[in-house]
Amino acid sequence: MVEIVLISALDGVLYGMLLFLMASGLTVIFSMMGVLNFAHASFYMLGAFFGFQISRYLGFWAGLVAAPLLVGGLGTVVERYGLRKVHRHGHVAELLFTFGLAFVIEDLVEMVWGKLPVDYRVPPSLDFPAFTIFSGNYPAFKVFELLTAIAIFAALLLVVKRTRVGLIVQAALSHPDMVGMLGHNVDRIFMLVFGVGAGLAAVAGVIAGPALVTQSNMAGLLGPILFVVVVVGGLGSLSGAFLASLLIGLVQTFAVASNASLAGAFGDLVPSGWLQAYVGDIWNVTVAQVAPILPYLLLVLILIFRPRGLMGTRES
Amino acid sequence: MLEVRDLHAYYGKSHILQGVNITVGDNEIVSILGRNGVGRSTTLKAIMGDPPPRGEIIFEGRPIAGLKPYEIARLGIGYVPEERAIFPTLTVTQNLLMGVKNGQKARRWSLDETWRLFPQLLARADAPGGALSGGEQQMLTICRTLMGDPNLIMIDEPTEGLAPQMVERIGELLQEIARRGISILLVEQRLVIALRISHRIYVMGHGRIVFEGTSAELMANTSVRREWLEV
Repeated sequence: MVEIVLISALDGVLYGMLLFLMASGLTVIFSMMGVLNFAHASFYMLGAFFGFQISRYLGFWAGLVAAPLLVGGLGTVVERYGLRKVHRHGHVAELLFTFGLAFVIEDLVEMVWGKLPVDYRVPPSLDFPAFTIFSGNYPAFKVFELLTAIAIFAALLLVVKRTRVGLIVQAALSHPDMVGMLGHNVDRIFMLVFGVGAGLAAVAGVIAGPALVTQSNMAGLLGPILFVVVVVGGLGSLSGAFLASLLIGLVQTFAVASNASLAGAFGDLVPSGWLQAYVGDIWNVTVAQVAPILPYLLLVLILIFRPRGLMGTRES
Repeated sequence: MLEVRDLHAYYGKSHILQGVNITVGDNEIVSILGRNGVGRSTTLKAIMGDPPPRGEIIFEGRPIAGLKPYEIARLGIGYVPEERAIFPTLTVTQNLLMGVKNGQKARRWSLDETWRLFPQLLARADAPGGALSGGEQQMLTICRTLMGDPNLIMIDEPTEGLAPQMVERIGELLQEIARRGISILLVEQRLVIALRISHRIYVMGHGRIVFEGTSAELMANTSVRREWLEV
């Protein structure tokens, strides 16, 4: 039991930190521009595939550096020559643009790498058990993922809290128009943020790719969870996104490891017979089985009871 | 300093400004009065470039219609919006520093001067901007724009919703700003302050200027006041 709790906690924090690498960019983009970037998870996927391709020739570490830079550059170009042109036609046009872009990226990835998972492996230098908890080994690669995510989180925090650019970005989260009226070039800062956000998502892709499955549907699987993180965390709040990432990471990991069900908790109270047969379908569902819908349940509850999110600074 | 000729602006399909003409001279305090919804705020916003203006706007001899808001701000026009737009999570000091433009060197206004003029802001220097009272926020938003050292400052309804004592302080601040050689274009609803401190006054109605003159001339003109100002 203790073993499951410990491993689930570690895995949950790791999953949460990976979510935050992506959600941080998404929430800043959302707050500054008021548009959900549907293609954000696609940058994560591109990070994984670029990392895979580079690792075949130059090794994993080269991929870890080069793939995020490439994807970050691509994000900058997408913002400058795509999103900015579409911006003047309003939010719906922007939404459709990023929506379409996600499909384009997915199809391009399928054209180049196919639909099947690619063989993106943990580098040999990190392919050993880091430590043993009771009977189970905890892989070194997961420890590396966690440390990388924490290091990037610390660097991000430093830039946002201690630099002039960070100050302007923070201000633009609440009143982007006012930042422009005070003489700051919001367009250029937004382009930078978009590029950095894409790059961070790509970092997540490179370090998650070998541990999970690097496949053309990985963006589609992850994208909706990111939106949950952003909404639950609250618009305009990086700390909110951080909290929500950890929360969803932990909830999902613990839920998957739990065999509890309504029948297990209250089974003895209900007499056997027709009633039990009637409700049995719901009665016997385990928490592990409903784990995938828990984040969305959380989303619905937050929207009903606290529409501005856990730490949001604005309503819309 | 500022010359606006035949300014038109639209929100969607509604034609908000229908040929506005305004001038502001050096060291002048000019007020735009009028009822709600006649286009006073929109006039200031259109001068800042959002909504996009049609017509001619000349600032210090340069046409600025068509420039982006940040470019207009860098040329030396400061804008203080009606909703104040304080950055709620940033501290008072950080809010003020946001007013400084990148690469700006010598300035007429500094942090120290803001603290000297408003000791109550200094007392709250490290508090988040969102925690200030309405009056303090109004001081902060004006001082934030001053930190960017504009030659002309446009202020939208600074006394709205404030206690009488605070209104007096705002009036004093505006005169202090003017003494330092900064021109002021003020949108106001309270006649008292505007009449006392303005060199010239415009009255707007239905997207046009319907009166132009001094405070004394406006006071003497009962028909304009009755038709366009009094409720």
